[in-house]
Amino acid sequence: MALVKFTYALKRFFPKLTDTEAGGKTLRAVIDEIEARYPGVTRYVLDDQGRLRQHVNIFIDGVMIKDRNALTDPFRDNSEIYIMQALSGG
Amino acid sequence: MKSTLLLGTRKGFIAYRFQNDRWNIENVSFEGVPISIAYADPRNGTWWACQDHGHWGVKLQRSKDRGKTWEEVAAPAYPEGEEVKDGVPATTRYMWSMAHGGNNHISRLWIGTDPGGLFLSEDEGNSFQLVESLWKHPTRKEGWFGGGRDLPGIHSIIVDPRNEDHIHIGISCAGVFETTDGGKNWAIRNKGLNATFLPDPKAEVGHDPHIVVAAPSNPDALWQQNHCGIFRSTDGAMNWQEVSEEGGPARFGFAIAVADDNPDQAWVAPADSDEIRTAIGGSLFISRTDDGGKTWKQLRKGLPQENCFDIVYRHALVSAGEAVAFGTTTGNLFFSRDRGESWEVINNYLPMIYSVQFVD
Repeated sequence: MALVKFTYALKRFFPKLTDTEAGGKTLRAVIDEIEARYPGVTRYVLDDQGRLRQHVNIFIDGVMIKDRNALTDPFRDNSEIYIMQALSGG
Repeated sequence: MKSTLLLGTRKGFIAYRFQNDRWNIENVSFEGVPISIAYADPRNGTWWACQDHGHWGVKLQRSKDRGKTWEEVAAPAYPEGEEVKDGVPATTRYMWSMAHGGNNHISRLWIGTDPGGLFLSEDEGNSFQLVESLWKHPTRKEGWFGGGRDLPGIHSIIVDPRNEDHIHIGISCAGVFETTDGGKNWAIRNKGLNATFLPDPKAEVGHDPHIVVAAPSNPDALWQQNHCGIFRSTDGAMNWQEVSEEGGPARFGFAIAVADDNPDQAWVAPADSDEIRTAIGGSLFISRTDDGGKTWKQLRKGLPQENCFDIVYRHALVSAGEAVAFGTTTGNLFFSRDRGESWEVINNYLPMIYSVQFVD
């Protein structure tokens, strides 16, 4: 199971948000799992077309993802996935 | 007089209540969050906040208890696969206008967005759908472009109270469009406008109305503060006539308001040209016409007359009866009890003000 961690900034909107294990094999599947637990959070992270928002970053084991459109960056079973705000645009 | 003023600002939603002969802050919500439009639906008193989070995208909030509690509802979103232009995916970047659908369509709400989509809700705002007919308008992909924002945006939605399926919208940059069937078909209404920034200033589309309003007492009397001057129509936007002040400052600006009870009376907030965009000569004033734009009078009493950089954004100048109010880019909020003859400060030191609305 990958472990998903979130920026504190998202907790303003989703107070119950906490480190969450996800079994999905793709980033998109992981985000779907997160959405099921915290309804509405996807729209904060992805735009209308499912792309990572311009001022949001995702890191896998400390490395920023490369594919911000289709979210195809690979990860391992025990990876840590960080959803962070970029230091830009706000 | 309307007893409430709603402000959308760069750092939150602010509501004032008029009590004991002065405006007092009643509510501050969403501190730190840009509110592109603060809107109260006069039919039911619901307050709406169109949010523009720097990181998390646009969000839509509503309150049915005057801001004590808020509920996030799904913001307008573009269907999968939609594109602004070929290769440019469409996502709601900004909510730039909001209007109720009238007393015969009690559940209807409209929202205008950047990148150019109009959205309709038929369920009191629980969900919004893209108005496909306008999005598929043959002029959109090639003829609309950004103005004020990087992509086209709908900043004006005017629902005709005589026939609520009759709607004008204003788009920067495209111009004015009209539907008479609730949004199924759209006609271009830019005749008489003059887009000096285009190779053909009389082009059918590509105009930049900064804001379009209609006179409540005669919805066929429309006004627009355009990038290229002030224009007025007396025939429901079929024809526009320029009414900028000959040799005077009432010409460039963003905001315009028209009197509730007089289609010939309107206020504008002149700014120093599109190259400069500050208060003219460092002094702040509002110009008013009482004769349909033939003459303009400068209203300065009570406003700062030196060292002032304020200008007024498109949704931030409003009138209601004798009252007029406006908020500025540098966070000053002014109020007049006498149609602008004299002004008083409601608040200084506010965030940049995006929208102002009088409401009960």
